Amino acid sequence: MNNNVAPDSKHDNNLFTRSHIKWGKKEETDNFAQKVKLFRRRSISEDGFRRFRLQHGAYGSRLQMGYSMIRIKIPSGEITPDQLEKIAGLSEAFSIGSAHVSTRQNIQLHWVQLEDVSEVMRGLVDVGLTTREACGNTVRNVMCSHFAGVCAKEEFDPTPYSKAIAQFFLRNPVCQNLPRKFKINFSCCADHGLVRIADIGLVPMINDNGVKGFRIYLGGGLGAASFLGHLLEDFTFEDRLLPTCLATIRLFDRHGNRENMARNRMRYFVNETGWDTFQRMVIKERSIVEMTIASSTLELFRVHLENEQKEMSKAHRYLKLPVLDTQNTLSEGPYERWVHTNVVSQKQEGYFTAFVTLGAGDITANQLRVLSGAIREFSIEGTARNTPQQNFAIRYINGKDLYNFYTRIETAGLTNPGALTIASAVGCTGTTSCNLAITNSHRLAKEIEYKFLELQHDIDDDLRDSTIKISGCPNSCGQHEIATIGFFGGASRIENSMAPTYTMLFSGNTGEHGELGKTIMRVPAKRVIDILRKIIEIYKHERSGTETLRQWIYRIVNEAGTGSVKGIDDMKVLLSPVAQLDPIEQDPESYKDYGSDIRFSAKTARGECAA
Amino acid sequence: MMYMNTKKRDSSTSINTHIRIPVICDTDTVQALILKDAVRMVDVRKLDEYLQSHIRSAVSLPLSQILEKDPSGIIDILKNLGITDTMPVVIYDDTFGALAARVAWTFQYVGHPNTALLEMTFSQWKSMGLETESKNNTFPKTEHTLLINHEIQADASYVDLAKEQENKFLIDTRERLNFLTEHIPNAKNMPYTMLRSDTNILRKPEEIRRLIENRGMSIDSEFITYCGSAGTLSGLAYYALKLAGIKNVKLYSKSFRDWKMLGKSKEEFKEANYWDLSAD
Repeated sequence: MNNNVAPDSKHDNNLFTRSHIKWGKKEETDNFAQKVKLFRRRSISEDGFRRFRLQHGAYGSRLQMGYSMIRIKIPSGEITPDQLEKIAGLSEAFSIGSAHVSTRQNIQLHWVQLEDVSEVMRGLVDVGLTTREACGNTVRNVMCSHFAGVCAKEEFDPTPYSKAIAQFFLRNPVCQNLPRKFKINFSCCADHGLVRIADIGLVPMINDNGVKGFRIYLGGGLGAASFLGHLLEDFTFEDRLLPTCLATIRLFDRHGNRENMARNRMRYFVNETGWDTFQRMVIKERSIVEMTIASSTLELFRVHLENEQKEMSKAHRYLKLPVLDTQNTLSEGPYERWVHTNVVSQKQEGYFTAFVTLGAGDITANQLRVLSGAIREFSIEGTARNTPQQNFAIRYINGKDLYNFYTRIETAGLTNPGALTIASAVGCTGTTSCNLAITNSHRLAKEIEYKFLELQHDIDDDLRDSTIKISGCPNSCGQHEIATIGFFGGASRIENSMAPTYTMLFSGNTGEHGELGKTIMRVPAKRVIDILRKIIEIYKHERSGTETLRQWIYRIVNEAGTGSVKGIDDMKVLLSPVAQLDPIEQDPESYKDYGSDIRFSAKTARGECAA
Repeated sequence: MMYMNTKKRDSSTSINTHIRIPVICDTDTVQALILKDAVRMVDVRKLDEYLQSHIRSAVSLPLSQILEKDPSGIIDILKNLGITDTMPVVIYDDTFGALAARVAWTFQYVGHPNTALLEMTFSQWKSMGLETESKNNTFPKTEHTLLINHEIQADASYVDLAKEQENKFLIDTRERLNFLTEHIPNAKNMPYTMLRSDTNILRKPEEIRRLIENRGMSIDSEFITYCGSAGTLSGLAYYALKLAGIKNVKLYSKSFRDWKMLGKSKEEFKEANYWDLSAD
């Protein structure tokens, strides 16, 4: 055996004895089936049933209330092969034979008949999953960076804390009827994770005395009006994590706006109250929580044991992959290209995390099954994480197994490159299933991915750290405001015809130092790819030195261009001709959205996010 | 009891007193019947697949041979396969039961009620290590009566009336996206994919009953199944409903292609781009 490589994965599974939490409850599935029958018999009101349905993770589908989108919570994004296989079977039996990875680490099944929702829930309970509180005015899926535990920049692995928080709030009476939904995101380090666009965002840190804790951000969130979260204090001790979260939720429950649905997220309350005042309120409320908390509650929050178990017991020598650091892979084969764009090394020497590129988060039942087999065989952690970029991250792959992993998932067409590059465009559900959507953002994201892979933009390292994210309406499920180039859908009247259009934003960014994108201009749906190509062309011409597309766009947005493009106005002058539409008679295709053969009209129904 | 368990049966059953087999036949029963030479196994896969390997004593009848035949032609097939009026017939395929179901329904339609589906596919049979052989079986020609069972068949004009009638349910067994795109008005969608289990071509009867009852349909109603064209997927659904204990089930064997060719009304849904969710 070669001593230069990590230990054989098949004999190393005892490093990960992490117990899997059973999130689902059988009795809730029976109850759901019963409630559907009562609703169909008109024994319960429509509003009452809607609240119940959302509390249990089933949204109404686009303009067809007899169907549901089932949102399966994947706490911390961590999912086992058994769970993936069960989802595969359920998607074939009751959905459309594909599952969909969301931008908040949920997995969604679309177009499930309302009468079958309980059957899906029943199957999920068998493998420990739940849809409970995946929608509605509750604490939604608790997110955790998919790099947590393997990130070289993290101070400790926040995953056990993320799970403990999820466990504490699930079915907790304190958050069953909040003014509005509530989102908690953990990151591993300052760069990864979505901590400033959540109601509570947490970055793990160890203070100067070696004590574990977090930097906690409050009051962030994306939507029709977006805000970045504020830092509560320099350091929050580990044992104050739960009281801080609980205090924040209690304040929101008491003071949040229950009158105006459009302004009832906590970020509006924080904004209207003023951060200084809100900060004092949280500190005070936390004292009350700490003084009155039951000892049994404290017991729920002992995560140290699991935390210690997860430490790697031995160091591994570094196995260097030849292609990871090379710039030019054009002459190499598809495997090298995939490694270059889809694989990163972990802080654990000899181990790698491989990303599975999905088109806007879609994966077929058969692909899920092949992926499950590959995870079992090649990931010594034995689980996957889904990512806010709508891909899967398979971690702890021994360097010597990487090629075998690749060939295994290749049999199911899962080796598209570009997962960690600009090519992996994010697109929300859009008009494929969402009531609120105006445009088909889902298909547009796929079109961009196909085109960019065809153009080999994925191996252009100058574009690598840029992102493209698309929402089908202003509500930001596609997280367009944290993209280098973001788009949200709308409709524009051109002469007497309606055309699907997107508002384009520049220079949004995630992480602790995240910024929200700035609105640039409107672009017709069928011109988005042309505009993107034009932007890249201008960048290649204008950039200074080795700066990346992301860095250059940042400079332009801040009016600090050094070439002929000084700022946003110059940029618009160059882009506007590309965004022009001819009248409908000359260019009828531009007045149809992607995936549609009829003329565009903006049709929406009541959203259920706020129900 | 829709399932039969041989262990509880009187072992004195002989070849001359043909037993009445259930809708779905389990492997124990089938093996016992094969040993006693008391069943005609019918393999509806392609002929070359049959010649490679099949269940012991099985005869070959690829689905394509029956689709265009009229009832007397089907009777001729039964005669040539050595099937008498009362002999138990068990049919299997390797296409999750859909082809076998279409053949079984055809046999029952022309007058051979004692027909069943094997509970699993040939691949599953083989993977369990159960007995197979490769010799091409033929049996002496027999007589068989033609007796059409109109109760289990529906045509377009019947469906046209039934779709407006209470206590008659039209079941579209195609996959969800096809159903959403267009279907016969008032049809309910039960994709064939929801009727099977991991190990068997059909779920347990009580599970199928639950799926029906969840949809607010009484099992005392009349059910008519249809699919895209050949009546295979809807044939499987026909047997799922029989297995669930529903007495009155009909197959619209010419299905949606026939309906469209006749220019009959459809329900369509174009307000969502659901096809773009598919990862295929």
